[in-house]
Amino acid sequence: MKVTEALEIFSQTHPGMVRSHNEDSVACEPAYGLAVLADGMGGYNAGEVASGIAVSVVVTEVSHSLQNASPIDRDETSDEELGVMLLRNNIQKANASIFHAAESQPQYSGMGTTIVSGLFYDNRVVVGHVGDSRMYRLRGEVLETVTRDHSLLQEQIDGGIISVEDARLSKNKNLVTRAVGIDAQVVPEIHVLDVLVGDVYLLCSDGLNDMVEDEDIQSTLYALQNNLPLAASQLIQMANDNGGRDNISVILVKVKGGFSVPRGWLAKSFAWFKR
Amino acid sequence: MAAKLILSMDGAVLKEFPLNKERMTIGRKEHNDVAIDNLAVSGEHAAIVTILHDSFLEDLDSTNGLEVNGVPTKKHFLQNNDVIGIGKYRLKYISDQVTQTTPADFEKTMVMRSPPKQFSPGAGNPPTNLGPAHGLAGSRPMQSEALEKTGKFEAQKITAPAVPSQAAAPAVPESAPKPVPQAGVPQQVAVVQVLTGPNAGKELELIKNLTTLGKPGLQVAVLTRRPQGYFITHVEGASFPLVNGQALTNQARQLKEHDVIELAGIKMEFYFKG
Repeated sequence: MKVTEALEIFSQTHPGMVRSHNEDSVACEPAYGLAVLADGMGGYNAGEVASGIAVSVVVTEVSHSLQNASPIDRDETSDEELGVMLLRNNIQKANASIFHAAESQPQYSGMGTTIVSGLFYDNRVVVGHVGDSRMYRLRGEVLETVTRDHSLLQEQIDGGIISVEDARLSKNKNLVTRAVGIDAQVVPEIHVLDVLVGDVYLLCSDGLNDMVEDEDIQSTLYALQNNLPLAASQLIQMANDNGGRDNISVILVKVKGGFSVPRGWLAKSFAWFKR
Repeated sequence: MAAKLILSMDGAVLKEFPLNKERMTIGRKEHNDVAIDNLAVSGEHAAIVTILHDSFLEDLDSTNGLEVNGVPTKKHFLQNNDVIGIGKYRLKYISDQVTQTTPADFEKTMVMRSPPKQFSPGAGNPPTNLGPAHGLAGSRPMQSEALEKTGKFEAQKITAPAVPSQAAAPAVPESAPKPVPQAGVPQQVAVVQVLTGPNAGKELELIKNLTTLGKPGLQVAVLTRRPQGYFITHVEGASFPLVNGQALTNQARQLKEHDVIELAGIKMEFYFKG
């Protein structure tokens, strides 16, 4: 099955109940199984600019590169898969674009953004993220976080300084330890996961997971997995019902079928000769 | 801005101590930041480690121990108005900086300039250099973390609730804190009672924020609990559920006392209990 047919993708974004404008950006490219979400920060409209640049650079560049290449191709020097490389390199490219825009235009000084992105191919997903925007996975009845926040709180949890329970009471939320566009370089965290038919992936900004308990995210995704638009609006509605203090963005990706990349005898023997 | 401790004995306030250091010690000996000259207090009795807006209390193997809000503890994440008990002395923890910034400012995501190393409250490492996202361009890039290798990732399970930390558990009362108070959620429990079919007479209490009804693949509706009340929405299936004989549209519909829902051939009544 082609990735376009195998995946159902739906995205929605909302400014929330407090903020006057939306600094989140979302974009999807179903033809290449790509979903990108960014949560911008910075004064005036700089946050929107930063998240907008991040999302458009990653979506445009990855799509462009995949027009004439397969994501399972391997790089000759690094032996890394093209899909993995594209996601990492283009998050870094977005970083450079934002950093330079911020340097050259005083009104954008210091702007930055988080990013979480998923590139689905060959029954896998490559996940690239920076900051505290998250990817979750619902498999069966179990909801798991796929990404780990780059935040002070997460580091404190990892260091055993604060328990997960206590972390909910912390006043040190919203402090990210890594962001796109703040420094000349950034190290995106990249993971590759196997995908199963029936999985539902959720990419979201912290406006969702700060306002809605994981338990409620789980029950919503589980109950409404056959109706992604309703699931998305239900998640946003719950965040808003709980105060909606930040912008809320969600991208839902449902895996309806397998989408392995066909490997013909020609491709196989070609790969064999290259070894 | 900074949080503070108010020292008192038998209800009489003795002194105030601002928590203006990353690590403050409490003890009998003079060199402590909070010195309490009483034999029931150990030389170095306890320490408070403050990381930005969060403060953690820790017993330094004192002879007579610590209490927080009357509960003995070794380690505790301090919350506003917590009362620390050491012998006859009381130290009230006041952290009111939240009221001094607007909620909007407070919620803004900011970037920490250098990745913090893992703090150890006991060792008292200095806090990390923190700056708002704007203004501090051009310092060193965050490269201290080695390049992460691509690899399979062990996802963390979150369906099982994490075990609360031993120290904090007894001190935190049953009112398990939620990140967001569910203000305005109707107190009255609503119920759906099945009127027809093999399950006639059965009651379903709508205690969750989200309850699904129906048969997957055939007809499914969801009942959501919101601050305004309970709503029914069509999820899947060719035919839409009926409420009082009227088919739902794509919109959610608020349920009223004694509404009759008809779904997959089964009739149910919605009402509030008690």
